[in-house]
Amino acid sequence: MKRVLETKEVTGQSPNYLLAKAQDLIDWAVNSSRANSLWPMPFGTACCAIEFMATAASRYDFARFGMERQAFSPRQADVLICAGRLPFKLAPVIRRIYDQMPQPKWVISMGACASTGGIFDNYAMVQGIDTIVPVDVYVPGGPPRPEGLLYGVLLLHKKIKGESLFDRAARREEQPLDERGLRLPPEQIDEISEPFGNSVHQFRSA
Amino acid sequence: MNPSAEALRATFGSAIGRAVESCGDTIVYVDRAALLDVMAWLRDTPGQQYDYLVDVTAVEYRDRERPLELVYNLRSLDRRVDVRVKVELDPRGDLTVDSIVPLWRGADWLEREVYDMFGVAFRGHPDLRRILMWETYAEGHPLRKDFPLRGRFSRAEQVRQALAANPEAHYSLEELSIAAAYDELPPDMRERLRRGERGKIPHSE
Repeated sequence: MKRVLETKEVTGQSPNYLLAKAQDLIDWAVNSSRANSLWPMPFGTACCAIEFMATAASRYDFARFGMERQAFSPRQADVLICAGRLPFKLAPVIRRIYDQMPQPKWVISMGACASTGGIFDNYAMVQGIDTIVPVDVYVPGGPPRPEGLLYGVLLLHKKIKGESLFDRAARREEQPLDERGLRLPPEQIDEISEPFGNSVHQFRSA
Repeated sequence: MNPSAEALRATFGSAIGRAVESCGDTIVYVDRAALLDVMAWLRDTPGQQYDYLVDVTAVEYRDRERPLELVYNLRSLDRRVDVRVKVELDPRGDLTVDSIVPLWRGADWLEREVYDMFGVAFRGHPDLRRILMWETYAEGHPLRKDFPLRGRFSRAEQVRQALAANPEAHYSLEELSIAAAYDELPPDMRERLRRGERGKIPHSE
């Protein structure tokens, strides 16, 4: 969308004006369709899953935002919602589920533990699921209230509506693991897994 | 003090260490060589009848001078009495104890958990594998005091090993003892069973 807008500015008198308009229209149609019928793949591992269920139930009801059908199979899902902490034992599982989802796909990391490891700064827990799968929206909280998750979903809608089919930079591409079997360079994983907050008072050696 | 403590001392003599009372519970320290006999005696002797194994766990203290303790909680369902049996081990020495699975089948997974978390090897256990951590976990036994809180490997290495694990790994045919059903399985599962697929298990032969 951003690029198309720029194109319009630059090519005010250009013969590409009509083409840009057409691309704009197609993007609008495609993105609106995608954003308003997101099928979530719930990956609930902890208390965030309870709040996720509350979000899905009648009082908060995320079916209002087109998430009526929860896809309990990754093959029919658009957005992976990791609700809860992720132990290393589940890391290959969530990666496999993510790989099985068809393009385009998005990921919401729900809660502090999924986003950063939270209070579980120990030997068994992944320090942020962004070391395993690319994350689009981080919802803070421990666990976040349903309003929080709904706000995250609305932010995701906004993000989806900013994507473009015609711009490589804004298009979603498959992000496979590299030859080391990692999503990020090892230094980056170590850096974002560093202890913070109260965890800095605990030492690796003690 | 539970009278079973005195009865144990009368029966096994020097194999029974000190007996203390803590918060209303009687704790009897037992020599590791006599553990299996003591447990069998507590279970089968009329008047004792500790027929229910509540829990098997272990404790390692921060004080490096104190031994690692194996803790067996027993209860007599008929007599409604509890007794706690402890075995002291040198945490830097040999951590081998007789398994009590022959006495209580339910000790199977409890002993596997103690093995997983503390590295105590139970002699005679039918299936001593890790139970909480995955089998290819190579960093050691997490509840030991010399185990760093965040694990021995760097986070990147932990992530790499976790992602390299096969989430659909299957046990080999020998481990599953389902040989009778082998011919009825689909070919791909037969192939998986033949190969095992679980990856390199540390400290295995």
